Amino acid sequence: MIKKIILPILLGSSIASASEVVFYSTQANPLKEADAMRNDVLINFDGDVKFLPQEAGPFFSRIEAESRSNSVSLGVLGALHGQFPQIQGSLDSIDDVLASVPKIKANNTMSELGKLGASEQKYIPWMQATYIMAANKKALPYLPKGADVNALTYDELATWAANIKEATGKAKLGFPAGEKGLMHRFLQGYLYPSFTNSVVTDFRGDDAKAMWQWFRDLWQDVNPRSTAYNLMQEPLLTEEVWIAFDHTARLKDAFDQRPDDFIAFPAPSAKAGRGFMPVIAGLAIPKGTPDRAASAELIKYLSEPEVQIRTLRATGFYPIADVELPADLPANVRIAGKAIATQAGSPDALPSMLPVGLGDLSGKFSKTYKDTFQQIVLRNANIDKILDRQATVLKTIMVSANAPCWAPDKPSNGVCPVN
Amino acid sequence: MNSKTYPYLLIAPSILFLLAFFIYPFIEVFLQAFTTSDGELGLANFDTIFNDFNFLPSLSNTLILALVVVPTQLCMAVGMSLMISKMKKGRDTVLYIWTIPLGISDLAAGIVWLALLDQNGFLNSFLFSVGIIDGPESWLNYNNPVAIFAAIVFAEIWRATAILLVIIVSGIGLIPKEYYEAAEIFGANAWVRLWKVTLPLLRPSLQTALILRTLLAFEVFAVVMLLGGTNMPVLMGEAFNWAFEYRDAGAAAAYAVVILGLSIVFTLFYLKVLHVPKEAQV
Amino acid sequence: MSQFEQDALLEKEMLAANKRKKAWRWLFISGTAFMVSWIVFPIYLLVVSALSSAEVVNGWPKAFVPEFDMETMAFFMNYYGVLDALKNSLIAAVFTMVISIGLGTPAGYALARFEFRGKNTFRLLILLTRAFPMPLLALPLAVIFINIGLDDTLFGLSLVHAALALPFAVLITSSLFMGIPVELEEAAWVLGCNRWQAFVKVVMPLALPGLTASAVFAFVISWNEVFAAAVLTINNQTLTAFLVQSLSSSPAEVKFAGGLILIVPAILFLFVVRKYLFSMWGIANR
Repeated sequence: MIKKIILPILLGSSIASASEVVFYSTQANPLKEADAMRNDVLINFDGDVKFLPQEAGPFFSRIEAESRSNSVSLGVLGALHGQFPQIQGSLDSIDDVLASVPKIKANNTMSELGKLGASEQKYIPWMQATYIMAANKKALPYLPKGADVNALTYDELATWAANIKEATGKAKLGFPAGEKGLMHRFLQGYLYPSFTNSVVTDFRGDDAKAMWQWFRDLWQDVNPRSTAYNLMQEPLLTEEVWIAFDHTARLKDAFDQRPDDFIAFPAPSAKAGRGFMPVIAGLAIPKGTPDRAASAELIKYLSEPEVQIRTLRATGFYPIADVELPADLPANVRIAGKAIATQAGSPDALPSMLPVGLGDLSGKFSKTYKDTFQQIVLRNANIDKILDRQATVLKTIMVSANAPCWAPDKPSNGVCPVN
Repeated sequence: MNSKTYPYLLIAPSILFLLAFFIYPFIEVFLQAFTTSDGELGLANFDTIFNDFNFLPSLSNTLILALVVVPTQLCMAVGMSLMISKMKKGRDTVLYIWTIPLGISDLAAGIVWLALLDQNGFLNSFLFSVGIIDGPESWLNYNNPVAIFAAIVFAEIWRATAILLVIIVSGIGLIPKEYYEAAEIFGANAWVRLWKVTLPLLRPSLQTALILRTLLAFEVFAVVMLLGGTNMPVLMGEAFNWAFEYRDAGAAAAYAVVILGLSIVFTLFYLKVLHVPKEAQV
Repeated sequence: MSQFEQDALLEKEMLAANKRKKAWRWLFISGTAFMVSWIVFPIYLLVVSALSSAEVVNGWPKAFVPEFDMETMAFFMNYYGVLDALKNSLIAAVFTMVISIGLGTPAGYALARFEFRGKNTFRLLILLTRAFPMPLLALPLAVIFINIGLDDTLFGLSLVHAALALPFAVLITSSLFMGIPVELEEAAWVLGCNRWQAFVKVVMPLALPGLTASAVFAFVISWNEVFAAAVLTINNQTLTAFLVQSLSSSPAEVKFAGGLILIVPAILFLFVVRKYLFSMWGIANR
């Protein structure tokens, strides 16, 4: 009460009216996307909404602080599937909101994800994306003979990168292995499934050992600056790299700025298939939010097909709702969209699920893969030794989270085993 | 009023202030470092971070960086302050320009230096235009730890020397001219004057400058992250990762305690080495 | 030796001395110029990048003169809430200055002039605030602030920033007071001033530049602090919290323009206070 009366006088600044919904989000954080969210996406919402994008650190701290002090000011939370488990305790159950949003075909799998392994709905799927490959057209002449860029194998990718290095003297293949890069998703959703048909169970199997050896060899032809790359669109635009793997939303500026110079294509395949992984962002409501009805309204609004298309334009994330995409979409959607469809529709497609049921251990789960990568590939450590050690770590995580297996690992009775 | 109570009255407001807004949250995080996941007191968190393969590299990177950067900055700041004191014309302008980096956050400094040193950056563009290289060269990469280290050292020196400069310049300004005049009468040259007059009388300022700068050096993070990437871990970056990526508040708190411990050790060292006895004060 | 020869020798010596002096002078000036350009040049390059279009920023080789493409800068100027955030940043920085100097100066004086039990403990306590990573403290701080109603206020935020600036204020002022001869104060006591009057009339004027120095630190600490600002404010975000959080995931041209926008106000502030900061050169002649 005090702060509402005295502080505006003391500070001469406005305090928001109570009816405003604060939409706190780790997504659409880049300035231009945030701007588009406010001006194009949220503009028609019937009510006041304040869109506040935030980095993960302050985002978690804020939510935790509000939930600890039982005084919540946030209205709607937007975050990735992998981020929600870490604030699971602060999220309200929103089964009622799920019932009110438009039904979607993929409803079951998607909605299951939104339960975070519990029985009640914790978040509503908001938008989706995936990871694909992008290449500068200058790289195409170096494709190995007979290779089809839309049905590439990992070995062909390696030859391709080696060819480029031999011809230009430069390593032009790049991965987002920087501090904020999404390298761990490449390991979990692409490399492991493609080579071993598993993510957790066969973590240190013979296939995995061969895979790491292969990856370490490949790294000779990878741009060594990769450990500082966070969003691959930047090195693609500066042409530091010609071929890159990343999240579609993190490639979009390259496609938008120079649509004629870049192509998008599916991730490569290996002996177990063409592993790929979705990215799902969701919307949730924190427990004790000031105006729950308005928050639910906002989620309903953001789930409308037409708004979802606006969101696609603003962020490069694709609709969850079943909608026909219009023709006049930005270049990145045209270019990436085709690659996404080819990737999902390829005969050897091997979709990986997002980790579920890991709770607040999901950060450590990803750390296990990142650490393994760092030690084996960057620091040349002994593969067997590292895999054994990391497998123990992984086992501990799975046991304390009591998490069952998810695809492509075979369903387990109880905790997902690490062989 | 007894003069013995004066100092306590003078420090009371800051103590109360810190108690309210710092000590309490500090104690909470500090205890968290020594609390196991079952809620008991213990060293499990330290066990976690000591066994992490990034702990030793991050500790040594942080220490080596501080040991290289801070002394260099100190020498530069003293030199620059002496230059300032010898200046007649344009002193204010020069001093102003030299203090500009004060206003630049570490993230902004990292952005500036990345633009300079990056593969497609200004340095390579310059080398290209004078014909030394044929195209963008990537030398700032993890295969080249020395180059990364040098880049970080340059950026840190550029960014944070001004902190020392301002403190030392205010200190030098307070040294009475008479001391120099007396020294000159006794035939002391500039070098002797520096070692026998300026530096001894500057000890309080040097101490302050060194302590503050060293503490900040132990928290170096944004510049390293931008220029070095993941293969150059530092303590602060690891604390950040454990807190917000791996979501292990206990381990993050343990990292914070390590940083705190280092800071206390170094502070006590400076307080001892640069001790200013009461009777030796001006 | 004739008079003439002696004169010639003298002249030669003088010439040599002059030459030496000139050489020194030249070295001095070039050293200064080098240090000035060392500071200015990177900032100049940031300006060049900020005033260039996206194609140029990502292009190769880079040009060393700006093309004055204002598109990115204009985007910032029209960006939702930038002006409010700027105002918030300034208010928080001013509060931080006032609080940290008001608390820090007496403490600095105590450290400089008195020997008392617990002096070193106090000094360490003050330093602890700088030796502990802020991001970890933000969460417990936010809980406290929400409970006492300081949450999402600029005043509350500047309290946190003042805690960060306090060690600077205390240590700088104390090293300053140590440098001001106690005899000056004693003389004032003899002349009938009490301790307070002597402090205000004699010590303060001498210490003013140093106080300005700690004010500068308080300002830039508050201005550049990101994490607490991001966690502790929702509706009253500061410019740094507002921009920095988004910069690292934004494209290069936005990064550079944002970087420039963040440093310009700080540079202007330094420009405004520089007179006070450097006015000490008069007193050194006492």
